[in-house]
Amino acid sequence: MAAAGAAATDLEVVRGKRAALFFAAVAILLGLPLWWKTTETYRASLPYSQISGLNALQLRLMVPVTVVFTRESVPLDDQEKLPFTVVHEREIPLKYKMKIKCRFQKAYRRALDYEEEALSSGSVQEAEAMLDEPQEQAEGSLTVYVISEHSSLLPQDMMSYIGPKRTAVVRGIMHREAFNIIGRRIVQVAQAMSLTEDVLAAALADHLPEDKWSAEKRRPLKSSLGYEITFSLLNPDPKSHDVHWDIEGAVRRYVQPFLNALSAAGNFSVDSQILYYAMLGVNPRFDSASSSYYLDMHNLPHVINPVESRLGSSAASLYPVLNFLLYVPELAHSPLYIQDKDGAPVATNAFHSPRWGGIMVYNVDSKAYNASALPVRVEVDMVRVMEVFLAQLRLLFGIAQPQVPPKCLLSGPKSEGLMTWELDRLLWARSVENLATATTTLTSLAQLLGKISNIVIKDDVASEVYRAVAAIQKSAEELASGHLASAFVASQEAVTSSERAFFDPSLLHLLYFPDDQKFAIYIPLFLPMAVPILLSLVKIFLETRKSWKKPEKTD
Amino acid sequence: MAAAMPLALFVLLLPGPGGWCLAEPQRDSLREELVITPLPSGDVAATFQFRTRWDSELQREGVSHYRLFPKALGQLIAKYSLRELHLSFTQGFWRTRYWGPPFLQAPSDTDHYFLRYAVLPREVVCTENLTPWKKLLPCSSKAGLSVLLKADRLFHTSYHSQAVHIRPVCRNARCTSISWELRQTLSVVFDAFITGQGKKDWSLFRMFSRTLTEPCPLASESRVYVDITNYNQDNETLEVNPAPTTTYQDVILGTRKTYAVYDLLDTAMIHNSRNLNIQLKWKRPPENEFPPGPFLHAQRYVSGYGLQKGELSTLLYNTHPYRAFPVLLLDTVPWYLRLYVHTLTITSKGKDNKPSYIHYQPAQDRLQPHLLEMLIQLPANSVTKVSIQFERALLKWTEYTPDPNHGFYVSPSVLSALVPSMVAAKPVDWEESPLFNSLFPVSDGSNYFVRLYTEPLLVNLPTPDFSMPYNVICLTCTVVAVCYGSFYNLLTRTFHIEEPRTGGLAKRLANFIRRIRGVPPL
Repeated sequence: MAAAGAAATDLEVVRGKRAALFFAAVAILLGLPLWWKTTETYRASLPYSQISGLNALQLRLMVPVTVVFTRESVPLDDQEKLPFTVVHEREIPLKYKMKIKCRFQKAYRRALDYEEEALSSGSVQEAEAMLDEPQEQAEGSLTVYVISEHSSLLPQDMMSYIGPKRTAVVRGIMHREAFNIIGRRIVQVAQAMSLTEDVLAAALADHLPEDKWSAEKRRPLKSSLGYEITFSLLNPDPKSHDVHWDIEGAVRRYVQPFLNALSAAGNFSVDSQILYYAMLGVNPRFDSASSSYYLDMHNLPHVINPVESRLGSSAASLYPVLNFLLYVPELAHSPLYIQDKDGAPVATNAFHSPRWGGIMVYNVDSKAYNASALPVRVEVDMVRVMEVFLAQLRLLFGIAQPQVPPKCLLSGPKSEGLMTWELDRLLWARSVENLATATTTLTSLAQLLGKISNIVIKDDVASEVYRAVAAIQKSAEELASGHLASAFVASQEAVTSSERAFFDPSLLHLLYFPDDQKFAIYIPLFLPMAVPILLSLVKIFLETRKSWKKPEKTD
Repeated sequence: MAAAMPLALFVLLLPGPGGWCLAEPQRDSLREELVITPLPSGDVAATFQFRTRWDSELQREGVSHYRLFPKALGQLIAKYSLRELHLSFTQGFWRTRYWGPPFLQAPSDTDHYFLRYAVLPREVVCTENLTPWKKLLPCSSKAGLSVLLKADRLFHTSYHSQAVHIRPVCRNARCTSISWELRQTLSVVFDAFITGQGKKDWSLFRMFSRTLTEPCPLASESRVYVDITNYNQDNETLEVNPAPTTTYQDVILGTRKTYAVYDLLDTAMIHNSRNLNIQLKWKRPPENEFPPGPFLHAQRYVSGYGLQKGELSTLLYNTHPYRAFPVLLLDTVPWYLRLYVHTLTITSKGKDNKPSYIHYQPAQDRLQPHLLEMLIQLPANSVTKVSIQFERALLKWTEYTPDPNHGFYVSPSVLSALVPSMVAAKPVDWEESPLFNSLFPVSDGSNYFVRLYTEPLLVNLPTPDFSMPYNVICLTCTVVAVCYGSFYNLLTRTFHIEEPRTGGLAKRLANFIRRIRGVPPL
């Protein structure tokens, strides 16, 4: 009876143990994964390794240069070797994580008949006109014509000439090392026309460590899909001056052609307004000697802020705005001049603020006051104004004066005020800047997502990231193969996609549920469930260990 | 930030064909106006209007060069192809019954299908709304009438309403081309008793703490009108100082009114004393000299008890002794008040009043509010009660506003009516007459158009206990845990059969005593 009772009890004990183990198994194998799965935040997979790979990306900027030799430009036996291709590659030393290499791929060939004919004409302009017609050159490519040493196409003391389009002319030489010497000259000219360290340093100014030059280099506007240009006429004293400006005509004649030439770099919209009673923020200093007023250079930063509140924000788009202000000083403060560091009046009476725009002070002719009663009718000379504003516009877009090699003749500007190769240079710089921006954005997004595990990553965010990565890679490939136009488009797409992913509002959805609060809610369930399971597991473990040890001892 | 950069100029500018043409005639004009009206209650209403008219087809011509018209608004019209825009910020409520019909209503009606109408009754109007509004004025607040716009005075008033109205107007009689009109209006009602120490006299300086010093040089017209209507025919009851150069008489809102006119562009006006401070003095206390109250006014309230059902009632008063007139009543009610349209009753003088037109657009949850529009004939000398029952809906817990027990606002209903006038009026020439007179179209002389807004309502909705989700989670978890615990115990415990214990309490007590004594237990 007792044995049967003991056996029944043993059976009970074993059953209890099994039940406890089964509970533990269900809780751990079924409960925990179910809870984990149902409460996890959705995170689409991202190409983390590719993003970290972007930082070590090598940018190879390929500039295809076609070099055309005329008959008497190099010794005859050298001419026999044509055509062939020479590659000149050079690393651009910038303190940036991306390695940037600049590669001039020079394809040497002999001149065709019509080219010979054109280059033997009297002046370089004529030659250019004749060479222009047959073929359209691709963006970013260059053609250099090598003419004979004694050609009268260029003035005798000039060694080379840079044209307004994508062509240049270099004087040849009769020498044993002719190709080497000419090759060096060609690279000099090609660098001036395409990529220099300065241009890239300015483009990457935001991504480079601060140094003493960076403030100066940060002048150009950041790359964007479009820009808004606003011309404002500030008339603080409408009682004395009745100012009229033919802004419509001026925009049509001067600004629009320039912007049309620039249209590859983005969309532009132009508008203008007249603001009355808009004052500058500082009181100019009176100079009794010349009975005129002066704005010191250190005062200029204070000029902009009070005016800016009147300029108004753009309601129609999110593009960056470039402001150009024409300030007609009030009667009490005229004439007004801007002084530079040395105290001399600035010739243009204008200044600009990096990434913001420019201000020009337009003084009313003092003779006008004698003639008639107030208000004086003022017709603004738009040629004078637009000269200044267009020069400022070029600076703000980062189209700086090229570094011309010695003994090089630079052609006069085209009527649009922009040379074709300057546009190419801008596109090179913008492409590199876009790539740097997109890479930085993606890297910081990846870092952020790695750091904060609560962020939801939706599928559309992930697809934007994939698209941005693909666009960066495509752009880099296109740059390496010398297709500037498509590289620029791809780099813009990369920036757009990466920013759209970075600023997607869905990233913020679950950010405000910290872990400690979540667990505070779970504890009433977790604690009473976990404690018995753990206790019985511990008990079973101890008993099993005891029963293992016991047989050892008896044996 | 800024740096003086001497510029090297090398940009070549070529004048295009045609060379320089002389500036074309100005195609935009500005008129500004201030109307000061002593109100029947003794308060003083001041209404500013700044009207910019631009002969340019903004949407079609792709204009981007602005002079007087503000660029920000012009871009808005061009970009979104706006046909009209009326935006107003109002603090306080115009008491039609005591103050008479308001000057400023939204202008003539727009087509319903293109109209988007929204009201934010909870929003507070502040100086931060006034500053951008002032920036839109061509003379900013530096010259002309806008000098008087000083924020700390304008917001110390019983009523403040600022608005922007943009609409196209016909350029000629046949309307072959249109111009754009921007009217910036601002009305304030000063409590004359408080500012004037019990007297009803007022002056510009006392009201605005500024005086007029110079006209805006850009304005083609800059005038101040003061209502000096003399209702008592026998003797003069008030005097204005300085004496006005001219007076203007017309039928305004159905009654004949006289205004003293001060033209700021008249050089003598300001140059005599360097500034213009218009003052009004009452010779005798003005009592019962004002005309009786307006013919149309309205009231609105919520009735009912509990948090489930309620009733919206609107009372429309027609105090005209013998003429009936129709009223168009527009109600937008938020979706969380579910209207029962079958309970809509309209009664006047104890009898059912059948509306001649009803348009009802039911609400969609979280998408659009109820829209109820009715044309009701108001019998002479009557009160018409429009009532409709509703049920309060429960919102999702995230949809409640930060202070839900404050209640939810229901936007005012809009009344549009052609009210019979006391005196026949002449048709108005829009460009010539004062601005305040061209706000509302007069179809014929016998009546005038009025648009009134009733009070916004505050309705309480049933609000949940917002800690409820947490409580529910905790309670469920606890219940689950308790069930689980007993279940677990039942399944894992080992049960023994135990020998029944012999002897009861007495034996245990005896054993306890024996243990204390040191004797072995039983």
